[in-house]
Amino acid sequence: MRHSLRETWSGLKRNLAMTIAVVVTMAVSLSLLGAGLLTSMEVDLTKRTLYGKITVQVFLCTENTQGGRCEPGKGTTDAQRDAIQQTLEANPEVSAVEYESKEVALAEFQRVFADSPAVHSRTADDMQDSFKVRLHNPENYAGVSSEARGLQGVQAVQDQNSILEPIFKWFGALQWATITMSVLLLLAAALQIVNTIRMAAFSRRREMGIMRLVGASNIYILLPFLLEALIAAVIGVVLAAGTLTLGYWFVIDQNARTSITALPWIGWGDLAAAIVSIAAVGVALAVIPTLLATRRYLRI
Amino acid sequence: MITFEDVTKFYPGQQRAALRNINLEIDKGEFVFLVGQSGSGKSTFLRLILREYRPTKGTLYVAGKNLGTLPQWKVPGLRRQIGTVFQDFRLLPGKTVYENVAFALQVIGRPGKEIRRVVPDTLEMVGLSGKEDRPCEELSGGEQQRVAIARAFVNRPKILIADEPTGNLDPETSVGIMKLLDRINRVDTTVIMATHDSSIVDQMRRRVLELRDGELVRDQAKGIYGSA
Repeated sequence: MRHSLRETWSGLKRNLAMTIAVVVTMAVSLSLLGAGLLTSMEVDLTKRTLYGKITVQVFLCTENTQGGRCEPGKGTTDAQRDAIQQTLEANPEVSAVEYESKEVALAEFQRVFADSPAVHSRTADDMQDSFKVRLHNPENYAGVSSEARGLQGVQAVQDQNSILEPIFKWFGALQWATITMSVLLLLAAALQIVNTIRMAAFSRRREMGIMRLVGASNIYILLPFLLEALIAAVIGVVLAAGTLTLGYWFVIDQNARTSITALPWIGWGDLAAAIVSIAAVGVALAVIPTLLATRRYLRI
Repeated sequence: MITFEDVTKFYPGQQRAALRNINLEIDKGEFVFLVGQSGSGKSTFLRLILREYRPTKGTLYVAGKNLGTLPQWKVPGLRRQIGTVFQDFRLLPGKTVYENVAFALQVIGRPGKEIRRVVPDTLEMVGLSGKEDRPCEELSGGEQQRVAIARAFVNRPKILIADEPTGNLDPETSVGIMKLLDRINRVDTTVIMATHDSSIVDQMRRRVLELRDGELVRDQAKGIYGSA
């Protein structure tokens, strides 16, 4: 064991510049990967929370409304309203349908605009009856709302999801950009490790030849190289974990969480999960290229 | 100790067999010279024993193991029973005499206490006492070959393979090396030595195996270098 450690140490010293390059690439690529993972988690969390709150609202016709599937000058009849409700409830995507009368809508309007001079500008007849529709999976709102738009007596369909969609699009783009960049950098790190270990193995090929000849086991021959790559990887992982923690603490914990309270924010547990993931990737990134780079020297 | 049963070896992509239908047995404690021109198959013969290659056909037993079926992970165990010496010594530059010999034991995980006991004994046996701390590069060719022999023998293998061990040495030094190999043979180590050195073979009068174009053309007890 002492021999392996000594060999590892001398290998690290011999390839100091390369080792530093590996550590830096590892740290940057793993930080980016971690940031990508955290963004994904944040997107998922936001989607889950916001989508759970929002509904598709189906407005019915009144005598004054126009457009949609309204007959001019006529409101939605009771039969049409029942038909609309039945159709909505029959849709497998729908989890609940709630009827909101124009009186309820007026009360809500008065509550929202209580401090505004506009509060007395409306009467119940200015408001519309509507159905509030909840979905099993709010992301699949499009089918429900287009079906509702085609029903007789429906004036308009408002899906709040369409407001969120562009936000999530940007989130998604950000997430993929970070992950793509990190994958490219991880590839660079893997190739650097292959190179470093191949050089180290080449400079020790005499020793390795003699080791094989006198019957040293493969794992014994491999150990110094594995340790060398693992040490570089562990330093890279620690730096990346530090960067992520600092970033999380500063961006989310100290700022976003207090200034943007409307959105839910990922917690320290999510950060820990991301760090565990990048640690696993870092270790794999050390071990697999090392095995590949030393394969030809271990062939018996 | 070593049994070749109809062993044939083809290298990939080659039409001609490197070794063809070899049948022979080498007993424990024998001293065997392997002679023949370059390209006659001597190296292939030795490398098959070391399990660097497997026979293409036939069966080869070394130290009770069938090398054709020996799993990869057991090869290190086989090699611990075989010491190997080369024409070019293959010492590790930058290490001392002691370190070169100790290396063979360190890398197979022997405890330090045992190493500190066995290495000086072995160095004394090969006549290098007092030179433990000398860097190998400073030694003469004969002394370097003694270090290599010490390294091959320090683990007390059952078999010692020597591939042209005197090829780079002058005749006088070669005699010293042969005396050493003879001594190792006397403690029941099987020695197989490939050589071009006719005077050594003629002097020692041991069993001679002669290969020609991959075939065993002579197996002679107490033989000489050239065919009788």
